[in-house]
Amino acid sequence: MTSSFLRKFRIAFSAIIFICFLAVFLDFRSLIPEKFINYLLFLQFVPSAIKYIDLKTVAAGGFMVVILLTLLSGRTYCSFLCPLGIGQDINSRIGGKIRKKFRRYGFSRPHTIVRYSILALMLGTAVFSGVYVLILLDPYSIFGRFMTYLGKPVILVINNFLANILGRFDIYTLSHVEIKGFKLAAYIVPVVFAILTGVLSFIKGRLYCNMLCPVGTLLGLISKISLFRVKFNESKCTKCGRCSIRCKSSCIDFLNYDIDVSRCVDCFNCIDTCPEKALSYSLLGTRSKVHEETKPDESKRKFIKGSVLMLLGISSYTRAQEKTVPVPKKESTVKEPRTSPVCPPGAGSIEFFTRNCTACSLCITSCPNKVLQPATGQYGLAGFMQPVMDYHKSFCSYNCTVCTEICPTGALKPLMPEAKKLSQIGKVNFIKDNCIVKTEKTACGACSEACPTKAVYMIPYEGNLVIPETNQEICIGCGHCEFACPVTPYKAIFVDGNPVHQAAKKPENKESDITTPVEFPF
Amino acid sequence: MKRREFFRTSFGAGIAAGAALSLGGYDRLWAAAPGTAKYDMVAVMGGNPDAMFDLAIQELGGMETFVKKGQKVLVKPNIGWDVVPDLAANTNPLLVKRIIEHCFKAGAKEVYVFDHTCDNWVNAYKNSGIEKAAKAAGAKMVPGNSENYYHQISIPGGVKLKSAKVHEILLETDVFINVPILKDHNSTRMTASLKNTMGIVWDRGYWHSNNLHQCIADYALFERKPALNVIDCYNVMVKHGPQGVSKEDVVQMKSQILTADWVAGDTAAAKILGVDPQKIDYIPIAHKMGIGNMNLDNLNIKRIKM
Repeated sequence: MTSSFLRKFRIAFSAIIFICFLAVFLDFRSLIPEKFINYLLFLQFVPSAIKYIDLKTVAAGGFMVVILLTLLSGRTYCSFLCPLGIGQDINSRIGGKIRKKFRRYGFSRPHTIVRYSILALMLGTAVFSGVYVLILLDPYSIFGRFMTYLGKPVILVINNFLANILGRFDIYTLSHVEIKGFKLAAYIVPVVFAILTGVLSFIKGRLYCNMLCPVGTLLGLISKISLFRVKFNESKCTKCGRCSIRCKSSCIDFLNYDIDVSRCVDCFNCIDTCPEKALSYSLLGTRSKVHEETKPDESKRKFIKGSVLMLLGISSYTRAQEKTVPVPKKESTVKEPRTSPVCPPGAGSIEFFTRNCTACSLCITSCPNKVLQPATGQYGLAGFMQPVMDYHKSFCSYNCTVCTEICPTGALKPLMPEAKKLSQIGKVNFIKDNCIVKTEKTACGACSEACPTKAVYMIPYEGNLVIPETNQEICIGCGHCEFACPVTPYKAIFVDGNPVHQAAKKPENKESDITTPVEFPF
Repeated sequence: MKRREFFRTSFGAGIAAGAALSLGGYDRLWAAAPGTAKYDMVAVMGGNPDAMFDLAIQELGGMETFVKKGQKVLVKPNIGWDVVPDLAANTNPLLVKRIIEHCFKAGAKEVYVFDHTCDNWVNAYKNSGIEKAAKAAGAKMVPGNSENYYHQISIPGGVKLKSAKVHEILLETDVFINVPILKDHNSTRMTASLKNTMGIVWDRGYWHSNNLHQCIADYALFERKPALNVIDCYNVMVKHGPQGVSKEDVVQMKSQILTADWVAGDTAAAKILGVDPQKIDYIPIAHKMGIGNMNLDNLNIKRIKM
């Protein structure tokens, strides 16, 4: 095919995919059903592959579809389905609008050593120790983190602005949402990658995808034997070079009629731009050389400086949104003796979870209660950015199973609500010496009030006072008690994680002997 | 009235001259002052929540006694928990709906419903059935999930609680109707009218850590008192409160209490629950502070059996 239809189709298709991804990650009102999210994420290469290795079911076979697609059509995945790739295309386009020079690419040599080393490193670590390198380099997860850590705060600021205006007119269809920041360390990875991919795509098109992205490299290898590819009609070509200049992947060596298919992402810009219709997307044809150089200039530096400041601004703004709570006069003295972090329900065990999670942060952004937080050291250095339950921030809703249903890698397995209510992810521990009832001799009971299974209950203490008592057997580790406990800096009640999740006993309950009154008791 | 102006004038003056005077210039806030009704309390037994309310409010002279034409009304149920109505952790949605209908019938301009929930607010509003019921009756559901909605007020007579952040909708409405559900409570033994105010403020953790009973009584000193308390005792959680574990915690009592005096209302409610009111510390504390009367014998109570 030589028409410009291909390019238009690519733009329209990728725009729809991109909007869907934005919606899924920025959906702070939980409006999008889990099923839709699963459909959208089915074809994401790395999450699907990890899920398949664990489950070996067709339901997790999205990555095989991608491989077949690549064998047939080349790296169309990178232009049509990868949210990070589409995002970079948009960024390149903006770059080209700001400075025409940024949209004049030209041919350059492949970064063969870098890209294959990264691919080998990734495959090696994945086989021997887990997903650690993927956490950093899976393009879908990188995109997810951009949205969660940098994109969502922007959306919330806009929402809150509108909600405030509407609130003035007593319209409460939009509600104000508190922007709760994450730990500062959690912003390092997304900010660094935002700068890296942002700058590279702004001035160099798809350089990131062809140099650093392991998925791009792998699909590039496969596409070397793909059936359909972009190729020259040597008799029509006048060697004007327009195609090479427009090529975001810098893979068209027009002097030798050679297109490097391992780097071509099938964006079809070259076909669209060729005045002689000498380029076509059709069955088979290949060969390779020559390049040009660009010098750094002021506007580039300015842009880089600007974007760094903006990204740091977003992270510091969201952190500044945290408000202070009045502190009771006495501070607690006993530090919680935690032995293990609490990993999300559906994980089974910390070991399994940390080996299968790519820290895409979809669960973090989707959690209605915002109890899932990026780990900064809880799982060790290798588990950096993977979600961990933070009961100082929030608690896990008894009825909620959202995170288990949307996890694209299968690191969290779907749980039915009834199963979730018996899945013990941690156990409650009470520290009497921190408790208000003991230290202040006043009533509290916030923990027991919050407990959905009554694993925390109150027993008589001094005078009219009652004090908490715990029953670990029926505790599911939801952390509502820990969250509700008003003591600072250490809580009087906390949940210690179960390294391997267990089954909690179902709480027993008997009918009360109080009966329906027939007379007024007053 | 412009909201900002309202806050600026009222709170500005409050800081300068003591909060007792802070709202003094606004007569409308007192338009529905309690004490105009025929009885101090009406207690009903034996009917459905809506039918009992119809009867009880009629005994008090109709909703017109409390709501004047064109006024804005806040109906504040307990929507603390993400559970279904049968578990009686939240106020009966049928009752909430009927109260709103009476408000509109009395000429209310707007009726608002909100609670600062304990569980996730979206799910609590939805699964309690209250959002649907309130909207069906024409009321507006107001979110209470963000500190942004809460404004600092001071409580000059408070012993432990001298200030609190309360939801803006309480300050912007003319009439406040408190609609708690009677429940067992693990630490205060019982929750009804007075304790329902913990869903009006933002920082209830402070109450828990600074003598909970005293804070509950202290808050009741704040000027924006309920014109009417409607205590839902239809399905009563008699143990494992305030959240409950299962249906076994609930006993059907088919009762309802209407009163402007929330100390009296809570005293009567305690007796329905079978707890000695003296043992629920905040009731005698509030009585001693002059917030209400726990000596039911001194009150003019209308008792109705359906």
